[in-house]
Amino acid sequence: MELTTFFQQLINGLQLGAIYALIALGYTMVYGIIRLINFAHADFLMVGAFAVYFFASFILTLTNAIPPIILFILGLIVALVAGALIAELSNRLAYKPLRYKPRLSALITAVGVSMFLEYFFASLPFIGPSFRAFPDLLKPVSFVVGGVYLNNIQLLDIGLAIVLMILLTFIVNRTMMGKAMRAVSQDKDAAKLMGINVERTITFVFLIGGALAGAAGILMAMTYPRIYPNMGILPGLKAFVAAVLGGIGNIPGAMLGGFLLGIAEIYATSYNSLLGEGIAFAILIIVLLVRPQGLLGEKQSEKV
Amino acid sequence: MKKVWRNLPTLRLLIYAVALYILLMLLSSGGILNDYLMIIINICLIYVILATSLNLINGITGLFSVGHMGFAAVGAYVAGTFTTLVWKLPNDGSVSTTLLFIVALVLGGIGAAIVGALIGMPALRLKGDYLAIVTLGFGEIIRTIINNIDAVGGPRGLLGIPALSSFTIIFVATVVTVLILRYLVYSSHGRAMISVREDATAADLVGINTTKYKVWAFVIGAFFAGIGGGLLAHLIQLAHPTQYGFYASFLVLIVVYIGGVGSMTGSILAAFVLTILEKYLLPMLLQWAGLGVEWRMVIYSLLLIIVMIYRPEGLMPREAKFMIPEDH
Amino acid sequence: MRNSRKAFVVVVLVIGLLAMVVGCAAPSTPTPTPTATASSPTPTPTTPPPGGDIIIGCVAPLTGDSATFGKSTQNGVQQALDETNAKGGLLGGRQLILKTADDKSDPTEGAAGITRLIEQDKIVAEIGTVQSKVSLAIAPILQAKKIPMVSPTSTNEKVTLVGDFIFRACFIDNFQGTVGAAFAYTNLKVTKAAALFDVGNDYTKGLAESFRDAFTLLGGTIVGFEAHPTGATDFNAQLTKLIAAGPELLYLSDYYNDVGLICKQARALGYKGYFLGGDGWDSPDLVKIGGADVEGGFFTNHFSKDDTRPEVQTFVKAYTAKYGEAPDALAALAYDAANLMLDAITRAGSTDGTAIRDALKTSNFKAVSGTIKFDANRNPIKAAVIIEIKGGQQAYKATVAP
Repeated sequence: MELTTFFQQLINGLQLGAIYALIALGYTMVYGIIRLINFAHADFLMVGAFAVYFFASFILTLTNAIPPIILFILGLIVALVAGALIAELSNRLAYKPLRYKPRLSALITAVGVSMFLEYFFASLPFIGPSFRAFPDLLKPVSFVVGGVYLNNIQLLDIGLAIVLMILLTFIVNRTMMGKAMRAVSQDKDAAKLMGINVERTITFVFLIGGALAGAAGILMAMTYPRIYPNMGILPGLKAFVAAVLGGIGNIPGAMLGGFLLGIAEIYATSYNSLLGEGIAFAILIIVLLVRPQGLLGEKQSEKV
Repeated sequence: MKKVWRNLPTLRLLIYAVALYILLMLLSSGGILNDYLMIIINICLIYVILATSLNLINGITGLFSVGHMGFAAVGAYVAGTFTTLVWKLPNDGSVSTTLLFIVALVLGGIGAAIVGALIGMPALRLKGDYLAIVTLGFGEIIRTIINNIDAVGGPRGLLGIPALSSFTIIFVATVVTVLILRYLVYSSHGRAMISVREDATAADLVGINTTKYKVWAFVIGAFFAGIGGGLLAHLIQLAHPTQYGFYASFLVLIVVYIGGVGSMTGSILAAFVLTILEKYLLPMLLQWAGLGVEWRMVIYSLLLIIVMIYRPEGLMPREAKFMIPEDH
Repeated sequence: MRNSRKAFVVVVLVIGLLAMVVGCAAPSTPTPTPTATASSPTPTPTTPPPGGDIIIGCVAPLTGDSATFGKSTQNGVQQALDETNAKGGLLGGRQLILKTADDKSDPTEGAAGITRLIEQDKIVAEIGTVQSKVSLAIAPILQAKKIPMVSPTSTNEKVTLVGDFIFRACFIDNFQGTVGAAFAYTNLKVTKAAALFDVGNDYTKGLAESFRDAFTLLGGTIVGFEAHPTGATDFNAQLTKLIAAGPELLYLSDYYNDVGLICKQARALGYKGYFLGGDGWDSPDLVKIGGADVEGGFFTNHFSKDDTRPEVQTFVKAYTAKYGEAPDALAALAYDAANLMLDAITRAGSTDGTAIRDALKTSNFKAVSGTIKFDANRNPIKAAVIIEIKGGQQAYKATVAP
């Protein structure tokens, strides 16, 4: 492989990894606190993307004079709010009643919520199952550095993923709410005894997790400007793998897992496209066999 | 007399099965159950095989596998390869063809069981959600590999499979599967599997080889899933990689959990109820309500959520009496 | 407790069986589907003609990933039926009724759906389905029941080989690839080309392979041949590799939504050459997704909306008026498939399957996608057109006869 190609693929990998990392952050937050693989997380992303789509289309029919950067920031806010709302709604209606029931019923419910969102959106007459072109919020600008092509949206993806990770780490480690989150994650009952409002903490986590999904949704839609109700399934699955890879429940781990997976997938694909398709799961299986707690996860001793 | 009847559950199960078979055959030959309804019943029966075999892994042994259709895919492709490419069986339904078809089904089951053993290995180290995601990954890898084997059609699918899955064969296969699994669950091996589910450490301490039973659960579950896959392929006369994705696996999982995890009766019942609901009643209901067919899966997934919230243990969490063999 | 459980089992089983028996015993209750009632005003004959309505079946993916294609197909068939109904129906005033079944892009669903249409709706002919994998599951059932089928868009060669009741209205896989290769080599004077396709989709794979073979045969060089998984959104890895090999043309056999993304990503990686593809490109959304980056791309298609033939113009106008959007290739082919079938029913003079089949074999029909005759394997012999994306619109470029 030539050197420019090598670096080009590295950039490609970082971009893909940034998308995975953004989705993985949300997965890891929710899993960390209630031990639920929230299969519907990838569909919160889709909800966020559609919310921005309708918002931006509406604004653009009113005026074309709005500066792109303002439009993007407004869009981002819409995505965060839409993602947070749909996540909390799912939590309230579907997950909360099952909080103290067997975990696997909650997991099956998550599959149900995921299917419901996908099919519901596909059935709504004004959305439908088909693909939609996502409007350009920011004008794509490409530039060449030493034969390697970069563009502004790639940099935005990578930058925002890192910023959000730092922000989350700060919230979890430095705030009272973060402390409550960690306590609930370790032992719900003990946390309750310590005067922590467990349900409020979980709600907070779902709001943050949903907002992250919304952010991932708008960035994914800007990077790959084609949205449809099933858009979250495949990246969601890969992002979950990324979260497990990094050590599920661990925020920097989700980030690391996302980037590693993105880069590995790009290089594997450029070697052989068949290999690229299976690499995510192959890596996952190997890592879990060698280090079941993931790369940055802490080893949990088995309770007897 | 009544007491004898109650004390011979196996006999009762067989009598129920034969009665159901005769009833369905009569309805079918009388033209009341037309070919369409028979296809739906056949699919129900195949779902019984898939769901009860998954229940052995998830319900009885307490593991969590979500890639069950991957095993079915192996069964479908192995059996299909033998009947279609190797033996080139005709569509005549003669005795020799049927015998070869049964051999092909068993070979498909064995192929799936070998894959099951491979997938069972990570189960030795992983639990719960982690195992779930690994089995899901394995299922996708199997599909990817099939997609890339041109000898069995690649993305085109394995075509021209003879229509050998008659109602009788599917029915017999289903009853045999249920009988074997039922016998197994209540044998000492089954008790050992349940002990793995309840408390693996304690089971280890009393000398049960938990490692062995975890792998065996996967091997046996995969074997029957392979049989189910083989039957499906010979029912619709083709096998296609997209039929065996993780969504298809979820549908089997839903049958097991709505029926009641750990309950074979629940799996059997839910396989019928859900398949008939999804393929038959919902489309009819929607047409009556003037809604488009696209709302079918919306209602289906909503029902799933509601059942899980109000009855998380499933519709039939405990076995019916005839599903429990003598002396239990 | 035990008794209540037992009662529960019995009740559920009985209800299930009853529902099936009842639902089956009364399928002829005239509850027309919403699509059927949506038909345009039809002159009702004063005395109902003998034989009653003619029921036409259409299995199509109405939900799931390919629902867009299913909707177009259904619309196209409905349009053909409505037009004939408005002219007074067939065989002495008998009205046409469309019965649809959703196959969810799943062969099992397709097999169940077509059996339902045959058994409960008593269809006399089937138009569908979209994907080859599902057509291959429904074709043997129709063949066994001697009911003719015209698939609008199943391009896999094996579909019509199932039996002599199975026809199609589109080209088979290798024709489009061959036409594309000839256009690239002769008209665009390209000697180095590369291809990218969906490995999980037999249609895109078949097209890419036939392009590769035909292009090599003409004397060109294929410098790269890469696959991507179904549902992928990121094609950068494959594109970086392909572009590094220096092709003058990229052959993209994917559907429009993937093609839009691929073109965007290829241009962002500095690719300057041509894009060429197949009929999967035919959608107004291609330009919406791909923007300026698909400008100047070429694709092979069944018809051009600019074609001045009256068949095309009448159809495009009527379809646009009814559905609020211009017809794509799927709608046009479904319309053609339905009209081929209706023409055959007229010439057969009956709704008997064997008679319709014999009439279909001798078809010589002026369809939207050209004049259609069938060859010995029941594939249509017709020309392809090449379309260029110009100023965000589709512009007719050339016609290539087989």
